[in-house]
Amino acid sequence: MANIRDLNADHIDILKEIGNIGAGNAATALSQLLNKKIEMNVPNVQIVSFDEMMDLVGGAEQVVAAVFLRIEGDAPGSMFFVLSLPQAERFIKQMTGDHQFSFVSLQPSELGISALQELGNILAGSYLSALADFTKLKLYPSVPALTVDMIGAILQYGLLELSRVGDYAIVIDTAVHEEQQPEDSINGHFFLLPDPDSFVPIFRSLGVELS
Amino acid sequence: MNEIVHVVKVGIADMNVVQPPHLIRTSGLGSCVGVVIFDRLKEVAGLAHVMLPDSSLARSENINIAKYADTAIEALVELVIKAGGRKNWLKAKLAGGAQMFQFQSANTDMMRIGPRNVEAVKRELQRFYIPVVAEDVGGSSGRTIEFNPKTCMLSIRTVNQGVKEI
Repeated sequence: MANIRDLNADHIDILKEIGNIGAGNAATALSQLLNKKIEMNVPNVQIVSFDEMMDLVGGAEQVVAAVFLRIEGDAPGSMFFVLSLPQAERFIKQMTGDHQFSFVSLQPSELGISALQELGNILAGSYLSALADFTKLKLYPSVPALTVDMIGAILQYGLLELSRVGDYAIVIDTAVHEEQQPEDSINGHFFLLPDPDSFVPIFRSLGVELS
Repeated sequence: MNEIVHVVKVGIADMNVVQPPHLIRTSGLGSCVGVVIFDRLKEVAGLAHVMLPDSSLARSENINIAKYADTAIEALVELVIKAGGRKNWLKAKLAGGAQMFQFQSANTDMMRIGPRNVEAVKRELQRFYIPVVAEDVGGSSGRTIEFNPKTCMLSIRTVNQGVKEI
Protein backbone atom coordinates (compact mmCIF):
# COMPACT_ATOMS: atom_id res chain seq x y z
CA MET A 1 0.00 0.00 0.00
CA ALA A 2 0.47 3.41 -0.28
CA ASN A 3 2.26 4.63 2.69
CA ILE A 4 -0.04 6.83 4.66
CA ARG A 5 2.65 9.48 4.89
CA ASP A 6 2.61 9.75 1.10
CA LEU A 7 -0.91 11.11 1.12
CA ASN A 8 -0.99 14.84 0.57
CA ALA A 9 -3.81 17.36 0.72
CA ASP A 10 -4.80 16.63 -2.89
CA HIS A 11 -5.22 12.96 -2.11
CA ILE A 12 -7.35 13.72 0.91
CA ASP A 13 -9.47 16.04 -1.23
CA ILE A 14 -10.02 13.27 -3.75
CA LEU A 15 -11.14 10.90 -1.01
CA LYS A 16 -13.50 13.58 0.29
CA GLU A 17 -14.93 14.01 -3.18
CA ILE A 18 -15.51 10.27 -3.36
CA GLY A 19 -17.44 10.44 -0.09
CA ASN A 20 -19.34 13.42 -1.39
CA ILE A 21 -20.41 11.86 -4.65
CA GLY A 22 -21.20 8.45 -3.19
CA ALA A 23 -23.12 9.62 -0.17
CA GLY A 24 -24.78 12.41 -2.16
CA ASN A 25 -26.26 9.85 -4.51
CA ALA A 26 -27.25 7.61 -1.60
CA ALA A 27 -28.87 10.53 0.23
CA THR A 28 -30.94 11.29 -2.87
CA ALA A 29 -32.06 7.67 -2.99
CA LEU A 30 -32.95 7.78 0.70
CA SER A 31 -34.87 10.98 0.24
CA GLN A 32 -36.90 9.50 -2.62
CA LEU A 33 -37.54 6.32 -0.69
CA LEU A 34 -38.86 8.12 2.35
CA ASN A 35 -40.20 11.17 0.61
CA LYS A 36 -38.31 13.34 3.10
CA LYS A 37 -35.57 15.86 3.00
CA ILE A 38 -32.24 14.33 3.86
CA GLU A 39 -29.23 16.41 4.75
CA MET A 40 -25.67 15.39 4.34
CA ASN A 41 -22.54 16.56 6.10
CA VAL A 42 -19.26 17.39 4.47
CA PRO A 43 -17.34 14.11 4.24
CA ASN A 44 -14.74 13.47 6.81
CA VAL A 45 -11.57 11.71 5.74
CA GLN A 46 -9.55 10.51 8.66
CA ILE A 47 -6.41 8.54 9.14
CA VAL A 48 -6.91 6.86 12.47
CA SER A 49 -5.64 4.00 14.56
CA PHE A 50 -8.12 1.17 15.04
CA ASP A 51 -8.92 2.31 18.55
CA GLU A 52 -9.39 5.89 17.40
CA MET A 53 -11.76 4.63 14.76
CA MET A 54 -13.91 3.08 17.50
CA ASP A 55 -13.86 6.37 19.41
CA LEU A 56 -14.92 8.15 16.24
CA VAL A 57 -18.16 6.19 16.22
CA GLY A 58 -18.91 6.60 19.90
CA GLY A 59 -16.99 3.70 21.42
CA ALA A 60 -16.64 0.06 20.47
CA GLU A 61 -19.57 -1.00 22.64
CA GLN A 62 -22.17 1.27 21.12
CA VAL A 63 -25.00 -0.85 19.76
CA VAL A 64 -25.96 0.01 16.20
CA ALA A 65 -27.73 -1.39 13.17
CA ALA A 66 -25.23 -1.81 10.36
CA VAL A 67 -25.33 -2.97 6.79
CA PHE A 68 -22.00 -4.30 5.62
CA LEU A 69 -20.88 -5.23 2.18
CA ARG A 70 -17.60 -6.12 0.59
CA ILE A 71 -16.57 -4.47 -2.63
CA GLU A 72 -14.70 -6.60 -5.13
CA GLY A 73 -13.30 -5.57 -8.50
CA ASP A 74 -10.72 -2.92 -9.36
CA ALA A 75 -10.67 -1.31 -5.92
CA PRO A 76 -11.70 -3.78 -3.21
CA GLY A 77 -12.79 -2.51 0.14
CA SER A 78 -15.50 -2.58 2.76
CA MET A 79 -18.52 -0.42 3.10
CA PHE A 80 -20.76 0.10 6.09
CA PHE A 81 -24.00 1.97 6.48
CA VAL A 82 -24.40 2.48 10.21
CA LEU A 83 -27.54 3.72 11.98
CA SER A 84 -28.22 4.40 15.61
CA LEU A 85 -31.02 2.14 16.83
CA PRO A 86 -33.58 4.98 17.25
CA GLN A 87 -32.83 6.18 13.73
CA ALA A 88 -33.08 2.65 12.30
CA GLU A 89 -36.41 2.21 14.08
CA ARG A 90 -37.66 5.51 12.65
CA PHE A 91 -36.75 4.44 9.13
CA ILE A 92 -38.40 1.06 9.58
CA LYS A 93 -41.58 2.63 10.89
CA GLN A 94 -41.69 5.02 7.96
CA MET A 95 -41.11 2.30 5.40
CA THR A 96 -43.42 -0.37 6.78
CA GLY A 97 -46.04 1.67 8.58
CA ASP A 98 -45.51 -0.63 11.57
CA HIS A 99 -45.38 1.88 14.40
CA GLN A 100 -44.84 -0.78 17.03
CA PHE A 101 -41.50 -1.85 15.61
CA SER A 102 -38.75 -2.01 18.17
CA PHE A 103 -35.37 -3.70 18.34
CA VAL A 104 -35.71 -4.26 22.06
CA SER A 105 -38.79 -6.44 21.72
CA LEU A 106 -38.00 -10.14 21.89
CA GLN A 107 -38.99 -10.78 18.31
CA PRO A 108 -38.50 -7.72 16.14
CA SER A 109 -40.76 -8.14 13.12
CA GLU A 110 -39.06 -9.83 10.20
CA LEU A 111 -40.71 -7.44 7.81
CA GLY A 112 -39.05 -4.53 9.58
CA ILE A 113 -35.63 -6.16 9.53
CA SER A 114 -36.05 -7.05 5.90
CA ALA A 115 -37.07 -3.47 5.07
CA LEU A 116 -33.94 -2.18 6.75
CA GLN A 117 -31.78 -4.64 4.87
CA GLU A 118 -33.34 -3.47 1.63
CA LEU A 119 -32.75 0.14 2.61
CA GLY A 120 -29.08 -0.64 3.19
CA ASN A 121 -28.98 -2.48 -0.10
CA ILE A 122 -30.37 0.45 -2.04
CA LEU A 123 -28.22 3.05 -0.33
CA ALA A 124 -24.97 1.13 -0.56
CA GLY A 125 -25.78 0.31 -4.18
CA SER A 126 -26.35 3.95 -5.05
CA TYR A 127 -23.18 5.00 -3.22
CA LEU A 128 -21.13 2.48 -5.15
CA SER A 129 -22.68 3.09 -8.54
CA ALA A 130 -21.95 6.80 -8.21
CA LEU A 131 -18.40 5.96 -7.21
CA ALA A 132 -18.00 3.59 -10.14
CA ASP A 133 -19.36 6.18 -12.59
CA PHE A 134 -17.04 8.82 -11.23
CA THR A 135 -13.89 6.73 -11.29
CA LYS A 136 -14.75 4.39 -14.17
CA LEU A 137 -13.54 1.57 -11.95
CA LYS A 138 -15.35 -1.74 -11.92
CA LEU A 139 -16.77 -2.26 -8.46
CA TYR A 140 -18.82 -5.32 -7.58
CA PRO A 141 -20.68 -5.20 -4.28
CA SER A 142 -21.41 -8.38 -2.37
CA VAL A 143 -24.92 -9.04 -1.09
CA PRO A 144 -25.19 -6.78 1.96
CA ALA A 145 -25.51 -8.30 5.40
CA LEU A 146 -27.41 -6.61 8.20
CA THR A 147 -26.58 -6.96 11.84
CA VAL A 148 -27.47 -5.26 15.10
CA ASP A 149 -24.56 -5.43 17.49
CA MET A 150 -21.61 -3.58 19.03
CA ILE A 151 -20.07 -1.30 16.46
CA GLY A 152 -16.54 -2.38 17.36
CA ALA A 153 -17.33 -5.98 16.55
CA ILE A 154 -18.89 -4.95 13.24
CA LEU A 155 -16.21 -2.58 12.00
CA GLN A 156 -13.46 -5.11 12.67
CA TYR A 157 -14.44 -6.77 9.40
CA GLY A 158 -13.53 -3.64 7.51
CA LEU A 159 -10.14 -3.49 9.18
CA LEU A 160 -8.93 -7.01 8.40
CA GLU A 161 -7.20 -6.27 5.11
CA LEU A 162 -5.81 -2.99 6.41
CA SER A 163 -4.51 -4.64 9.53
CA ARG A 164 -2.23 -6.87 7.48
CA VAL A 165 -0.34 -3.79 6.38
CA GLY A 166 -0.37 -1.54 9.40
CA ASP A 167 -2.25 -0.28 12.40
CA TYR A 168 -4.05 2.57 10.69
CA ALA A 169 -7.20 2.92 8.66
CA ILE A 170 -8.19 5.56 6.16
CA VAL A 171 -11.87 6.13 6.68
CA ILE A 172 -14.15 8.07 4.39
CA ASP A 173 -17.04 8.96 6.64
CA THR A 174 -20.16 10.77 5.48
CA ALA A 175 -23.11 11.39 7.78
CA VAL A 176 -26.69 11.81 6.63
CA HIS A 177 -29.64 12.79 8.74
CA GLU A 178 -33.26 13.71 8.36
CA GLU A 179 -33.93 17.40 8.20
CA GLN A 180 -34.92 18.74 11.62
CA GLN A 181 -33.80 15.63 13.44
CA PRO A 182 -31.19 16.10 16.10
CA GLU A 183 -27.76 15.31 14.82
CA ASP A 184 -26.76 12.75 17.37
CA SER A 185 -23.25 11.49 17.18
CA ILE A 186 -24.16 8.61 14.97
CA ASN A 187 -27.29 9.15 12.96
CA GLY A 188 -26.62 7.58 9.65
CA HIS A 189 -23.02 7.09 8.61
CA PHE A 190 -21.50 5.72 5.47
CA PHE A 191 -18.03 4.37 6.06
CA LEU A 192 -15.93 3.45 3.09
CA LEU A 193 -12.73 1.62 3.95
CA PRO A 194 -10.70 0.90 0.84
CA ASP A 195 -8.31 -2.05 1.09
CA PRO A 196 -4.65 -1.04 1.17
CA ASP A 197 -4.05 -1.89 -2.48
CA SER A 198 -7.04 0.10 -3.66
CA PHE A 199 -5.63 3.58 -3.15
CA VAL A 200 -3.37 3.45 -6.18
CA PRO A 201 -6.17 2.47 -8.62
CA ILE A 202 -8.56 4.99 -7.06
CA PHE A 203 -6.15 7.89 -7.40
CA ARG A 204 -4.95 6.76 -10.81
CA SER A 205 -8.51 6.57 -12.11
CA LEU A 206 -8.79 10.27 -11.33
CA GLY A 207 -5.46 11.14 -12.87
CA VAL A 208 -3.42 11.45 -9.71
CA GLU A 209 -0.41 9.30 -8.97
CA LEU A 210 0.59 8.27 -5.54
CA SER A 211 4.26 9.03 -5.26
CA MET B 1 -9.00 1.80 53.22
CA ASN B 2 -10.33 1.17 49.77
CA GLU B 3 -7.91 1.16 46.96
CA ILE B 4 -9.14 2.67 43.74
CA VAL B 5 -9.96 -0.03 41.21
CA HIS B 6 -8.71 0.66 37.74
CA VAL B 7 -10.00 -1.11 34.70
CA VAL B 8 -7.04 -1.55 32.39
CA LYS B 9 -8.29 -1.20 28.83
CA VAL B 10 -6.79 -3.30 26.10
CA GLY B 11 -7.36 -1.94 22.58
CA ILE B 12 -7.53 -3.76 19.29
CA ALA B 13 -4.33 -5.69 18.58
CA ASP B 14 -3.03 -4.78 22.01
CA MET B 15 -2.12 -6.58 25.27
CA ASN B 16 -1.51 -5.83 28.92
CA VAL B 17 -1.22 -7.40 32.39
CA VAL B 18 -3.03 -6.69 35.61
CA GLN B 19 -2.99 -7.58 39.31
CA PRO B 20 -5.69 -7.18 41.98
CA PRO B 21 -7.56 -5.10 42.81
CA HIS B 22 -7.52 -3.94 39.23
CA LEU B 23 -9.48 -5.42 36.36
CA ILE B 24 -8.66 -5.80 32.71
CA ARG B 25 -11.06 -5.48 29.81
CA THR B 26 -11.42 -5.26 26.07
CA SER B 27 -14.50 -4.08 24.20
CA GLY B 28 -16.26 -5.01 21.03
CA LEU B 29 -14.69 -8.35 20.16
CA GLY B 30 -16.16 -9.54 16.90
CA SER B 31 -14.00 -11.87 14.88
CA CYS B 32 -11.12 -11.00 17.19
CA VAL B 33 -10.31 -13.23 20.14
CA GLY B 34 -9.69 -12.07 23.69
CA VAL B 35 -7.19 -14.39 25.39
CA VAL B 36 -6.62 -14.26 29.13
CA ILE B 37 -3.58 -16.05 30.55
CA PHE B 38 -3.42 -16.13 34.33
CA ASP B 39 -1.79 -17.63 37.42
CA ARG B 40 -4.51 -18.09 40.03
CA LEU B 41 -2.28 -18.18 43.11
CA LYS B 42 0.03 -15.38 42.09
CA GLU B 43 -3.03 -13.36 41.10
CA VAL B 44 -1.66 -12.08 37.86
CA ALA B 45 -3.41 -12.04 34.51
CA GLY B 46 -2.64 -10.86 31.00
CA LEU B 47 -5.11 -10.14 28.23
CA ALA B 48 -4.46 -9.94 24.49
CA HIS B 49 -6.89 -8.78 21.80
CA VAL B 50 -5.86 -10.93 18.84
CA MET B 51 -7.03 -9.83 15.41
CA LEU B 52 -5.52 -12.25 12.88
CA PRO B 53 -4.47 -15.91 13.10
CA ASP B 54 -0.94 -15.82 11.78
CA SER B 55 1.87 -13.31 11.28
CA SER B 56 2.50 -14.78 7.83
CA LEU B 57 -0.55 -12.73 6.81
CA ALA B 58 1.39 -9.56 7.56
CA ARG B 59 2.43 -7.53 4.59
CA SER B 60 4.79 -5.17 6.35
CA GLU B 61 8.13 -5.58 8.04
CA ASN B 62 7.38 -4.11 11.41
CA ILE B 63 4.62 -6.15 12.84
CA ASN B 64 2.55 -5.48 15.90
CA ILE B 65 3.07 -8.69 17.84
CA ALA B 66 -0.21 -8.34 19.73
CA LYS B 67 -2.15 -8.57 16.48
CA TYR B 68 -1.38 -12.15 15.45
CA ALA B 69 -2.19 -15.30 17.40
CA ASP B 70 1.22 -16.87 16.79
CA THR B 71 3.19 -13.89 18.08
CA ALA B 72 0.73 -12.60 20.68
CA ILE B 73 0.49 -15.74 22.83
CA GLU B 74 4.25 -16.03 23.16
CA ALA B 75 4.58 -12.37 24.11
CA LEU B 76 1.65 -12.55 26.50
CA VAL B 77 3.14 -15.56 28.30
CA GLU B 78 6.36 -13.61 28.71
CA LEU B 79 4.50 -10.57 30.06
CA VAL B 80 2.59 -12.65 32.60
CA ILE B 81 5.75 -14.41 33.77
CA LYS B 82 7.56 -11.10 34.08
CA ALA B 83 4.70 -9.85 36.27
CA GLY B 84 5.09 -12.81 38.61
CA GLY B 85 3.22 -15.66 36.94
CA ARG B 86 4.76 -19.14 37.02
CA LYS B 87 5.25 -20.86 33.72
CA ASN B 88 3.83 -24.24 34.74
CA TRP B 89 0.79 -22.83 36.49
CA LEU B 90 -0.62 -20.75 33.71
CA LYS B 91 -4.18 -21.29 32.53
CA ALA B 92 -6.20 -19.58 29.83
CA LYS B 93 -9.73 -18.39 29.18
CA LEU B 94 -10.93 -17.29 25.77
CA ALA B 95 -13.82 -15.38 24.28
CA GLY B 96 -14.64 -13.99 20.86
CA GLY B 97 -14.04 -15.36 17.38
CA ALA B 98 -17.60 -14.75 16.25
CA GLN B 99 -18.79 -14.82 12.70
CA MET B 100 -20.77 -11.61 12.58
CA PHE B 101 -21.79 -11.87 8.94
CA GLN B 102 -22.70 -14.79 6.72
CA PHE B 103 -21.30 -14.26 3.26
CA GLN B 104 -21.16 -16.36 0.18
CA SER B 105 -18.55 -14.32 -1.61
CA ALA B 106 -15.17 -15.25 -3.00
CA ASN B 107 -13.28 -13.86 -0.07
CA THR B 108 -14.69 -16.34 2.42
CA ASP B 109 -11.32 -16.99 3.99
CA MET B 110 -11.20 -13.51 5.44
CA MET B 111 -14.86 -13.67 6.40
CA ARG B 112 -14.24 -16.91 8.31
CA ILE B 113 -11.59 -15.13 10.30
CA GLY B 114 -13.32 -15.62 13.67
CA PRO B 115 -13.12 -19.43 13.75
CA ARG B 116 -9.61 -19.29 12.29
CA ASN B 117 -8.50 -16.97 15.08
CA VAL B 118 -9.88 -19.36 17.70
CA GLU B 119 -8.11 -22.34 16.16
CA ALA B 120 -4.83 -20.47 15.96
CA VAL B 121 -5.02 -19.22 19.55
CA LYS B 122 -5.72 -22.74 20.84
CA ARG B 123 -2.85 -24.16 18.83
CA GLU B 124 -0.47 -21.61 20.31
CA LEU B 125 -1.69 -22.20 23.86
CA GLN B 126 -1.10 -25.89 23.36
CA ARG B 127 2.44 -25.15 22.24
CA PHE B 128 3.08 -23.60 25.66
CA TYR B 129 1.15 -26.37 27.47
CA ILE B 130 -1.40 -23.87 28.76
CA PRO B 131 -4.83 -25.48 29.31
CA VAL B 132 -7.96 -23.63 28.26
CA VAL B 133 -10.18 -23.86 31.35
CA ALA B 134 -13.14 -21.92 29.98
CA GLU B 135 -14.22 -20.45 26.68
CA ASP B 136 -17.08 -18.65 25.02
CA VAL B 137 -16.24 -18.56 21.33
CA GLY B 138 -17.97 -18.54 17.97
CA GLY B 139 -21.58 -17.57 17.49
CA SER B 140 -22.54 -14.36 15.75
CA SER B 141 -22.48 -11.77 18.53
CA GLY B 142 -19.99 -9.15 19.55
CA ARG B 143 -18.58 -9.46 23.07
CA THR B 144 -17.05 -7.21 25.69
CA ILE B 145 -14.98 -9.08 28.25
CA GLU B 146 -13.56 -8.22 31.64
CA PHE B 147 -11.28 -10.36 33.78
CA ASN B 148 -10.78 -10.19 37.51
CA PRO B 149 -7.37 -11.60 38.51
CA LYS B 150 -8.55 -12.05 42.11
CA THR B 151 -11.52 -14.33 41.37
CA CYS B 152 -10.18 -15.47 37.97
CA MET B 153 -13.64 -15.01 36.52
CA LEU B 154 -14.14 -13.72 33.02
CA SER B 155 -17.33 -11.74 32.58
CA ILE B 156 -18.71 -11.58 29.07
CA ARG B 157 -21.30 -9.14 27.87
CA THR B 158 -23.22 -9.51 24.63
CA VAL B 159 -26.00 -7.37 23.24
CA ASN B 160 -28.66 -10.09 23.28
CA GLN B 161 -27.68 -12.34 26.14
CA GLY B 162 -26.65 -9.86 28.80
CA VAL B 163 -23.71 -10.71 31.06
CA LYS B 164 -22.39 -14.14 31.94
CA GLU B 165 -19.34 -15.33 33.83
CA ILE B 166 -17.07 -18.19 32.95
